[in-house]
Amino acid sequence: MNAAKSLGNVSAQGGSRQGWSRYKASLRYGLYVIFHPFDGFWDLVHEGRGSLLAAHTFLFLFLLTYVLRLMITNFQFITAPLQYINIYEQCGSLLLPFLILCLSNWALSTLFDGKGRFKDIYMAMCYALVPYILIQLPLILISHVISFDEAAYYSVLASVSVIWCVFLAFVGLMQVHDYSPGKTFLFLIITVFGALVILFLLLVFFSLLSDAIGFFVSLYREIAFRLY
Amino acid sequence: MKKLTRLLAMLLAVSLLLPLGLALADDGVSSTYTYNYDYWGGLRESPDAYRVDQVLYSATLGLETAMRRPQSLYVKDDDLYICDTGNNRILQLKRENNTFSLVRVIDEIKGAQPATLNTPSDVSVDPEGNLYIADTNNNRVIKADKDLNYLQSFLKPNDSTFDQSLNYLPSKLVTDSVGRVFVLATNVNKGLIKYEADGTFTGFIGANTVKYNMWDYIWKTFFTTKEQRAQQASFVPTEYENIYIDSEGFIYATNIVFSEYDLLYDNAKPIRRLNAIGNDILIKNDRYPPIGELVWVEGSQDYGPSKFKDITVLDNNIYIAFDRTRGRVFGYDSQGIMLWAFGTKGNSEGAFLSAVSIEHMGRDLLCLDENEASITVFTPTEYGNLIYQANDEYLRGDYDGSAETWRQVLKLNANYNSAFIGIGRTLMRQEQYEEAMDYFKMSHDRENYGRAYRYYRKELVEKNIGWVVAALACLLIVPLVIRKVKKTKAEVEAYERSKIAR
Repeated sequence: MNAAKSLGNVSAQGGSRQGWSRYKASLRYGLYVIFHPFDGFWDLVHEGRGSLLAAHTFLFLFLLTYVLRLMITNFQFITAPLQYINIYEQCGSLLLPFLILCLSNWALSTLFDGKGRFKDIYMAMCYALVPYILIQLPLILISHVISFDEAAYYSVLASVSVIWCVFLAFVGLMQVHDYSPGKTFLFLIITVFGALVILFLLLVFFSLLSDAIGFFVSLYREIAFRLY
Repeated sequence: MKKLTRLLAMLLAVSLLLPLGLALADDGVSSTYTYNYDYWGGLRESPDAYRVDQVLYSATLGLETAMRRPQSLYVKDDDLYICDTGNNRILQLKRENNTFSLVRVIDEIKGAQPATLNTPSDVSVDPEGNLYIADTNNNRVIKADKDLNYLQSFLKPNDSTFDQSLNYLPSKLVTDSVGRVFVLATNVNKGLIKYEADGTFTGFIGANTVKYNMWDYIWKTFFTTKEQRAQQASFVPTEYENIYIDSEGFIYATNIVFSEYDLLYDNAKPIRRLNAIGNDILIKNDRYPPIGELVWVEGSQDYGPSKFKDITVLDNNIYIAFDRTRGRVFGYDSQGIMLWAFGTKGNSEGAFLSAVSIEHMGRDLLCLDENEASITVFTPTEYGNLIYQANDEYLRGDYDGSAETWRQVLKLNANYNSAFIGIGRTLMRQEQYEEAMDYFKMSHDRENYGRAYRYYRKELVEKNIGWVVAALACLLIVPLVIRKVKKTKAEVEAYERSKIAR
């Protein structure tokens, strides 16, 4: 990790070339984070080792991996009714809960002396997705060279990727907010409830909005009907 | 002259084509509603596997008193027995040259006490021609020889395992090859009542297991008083609806009392195949277990699970169940894979109002409608026969012939899943693994695909072993070379730097 550190130092000098190398360094820092989560997440936000751009990249790659996995995994290992799948819908159904959970975690942890800003939480969550990308992408290829009897290898690796991600997300939140493990766990549960509240508010908002629009539309129709 | 001959030729051609065209148009009218399910559980309409051949009513049979609420059919060779339950009699018909005619009316057993029947609801005939009749309201199963002389009766079991306070109401019965009698009685939920040939009761088999969930159990055990518990329904197993014994002596039983939730994880098991000790040994190799209708149309009149009133088993363990909810007939092969389904609710030909019993005569199906008192005779179409033929050939071991038949089925119905599997299996036996993989993929058959793929992979590796070794060698050698080059470079640089420093 010495190389990453030195590159990070270089980027501190500024300039567009430095910006690019800082981006590369922050991407590479993802590798460090997944193997040294406690150290890694602390430095990620408190030492400015990660970048928002890299976080976006990881999120994008995660969505890409998810879609590719649905589309080109060998059919022996996945039951995806491709004819009914809408990619945008799939991405949306991942992205929306992800963002709402980040938002609700931020909203709640700020009230209870969490140190993380929204940007930090978002970044930590995105960096936690790295194992999924690193394992699932090769798994897509592997699925084409193994047979149904060897499905155990596939499923073990697939579940490892998910468990690893969950673990990283947990550690990430812990380090970002500087919480104890117990408090983090408590806040994970509270976050879910917060997310439900946000969803409820969104639902109410949109239904009221559609009612309001409906009112104006019918008003216009009525007037138009009276005038002609 | 030339013109005239041409005109004549044209006229001839038209006159030849005309009747053919009419015949085709007539044939194109589908009298039933058939479909198959695809891998995703969606409906895929298919050609008719069965068409209505004829419908038998009291009038067409020339009966003086019309049939009233008939409950059951039984077929032995060309003879058809109808339990005309409402009229306390059994009708015996014979099929000759595809017309059914009344042979005799069985309403009295000579020498029995009482001699007349009272609401007979099922009948069975053994190879010697002896009749077994479930004489429900006379509380007996009666055995008579073929001239209707009384032989013996199977009465309420005089045994402590049988609740003596219950009225003995036998409703369905089957007999096996050695004369044992299995009886299904109303209000008895311990399973089938089994009698030996000499009439002794030897116990119950195949009781439905009691189902209750943990919360119900905890609630009932710890949170209710004794008085409350006495008033609540206790956990009891359900009764079977109907039974059928196949040529191998296994009993197929249908069950219509279950919760819809249980269907989801196949705990309901509406169709069972019971072995001698009463365990369910039905094979279910399809993605969906044999539960009948998969697509329930919300808000429709026949929403809900299929309720199989009766079941019949053809050769090669193809079983056909009759659904009361939709008046529909479902056929499954020995692996539990659905072959076809047809029929609907209604008054028209090939539709049923109140499905109650089904029997087969060869490959023809006879379906009894209780309220209409009619028997609809279905004969398989070319498509239906091809499916049977392919199954027969496969089970006989004629794999090539079976694949050929499946190809013909595919020509008639390109959505037929079993056909893809059948062809794939044969291709695999012929060592055409890549083609076999294509067929298995189309039928979503993972296991067989994996098997074919393993052979294919083995072949591929063996054929290209040189390249594989080369690739592996490259993978090992290239990094070594790169490392060596880098090392040398670093050494040279270090040397240069040391020269400058000096």
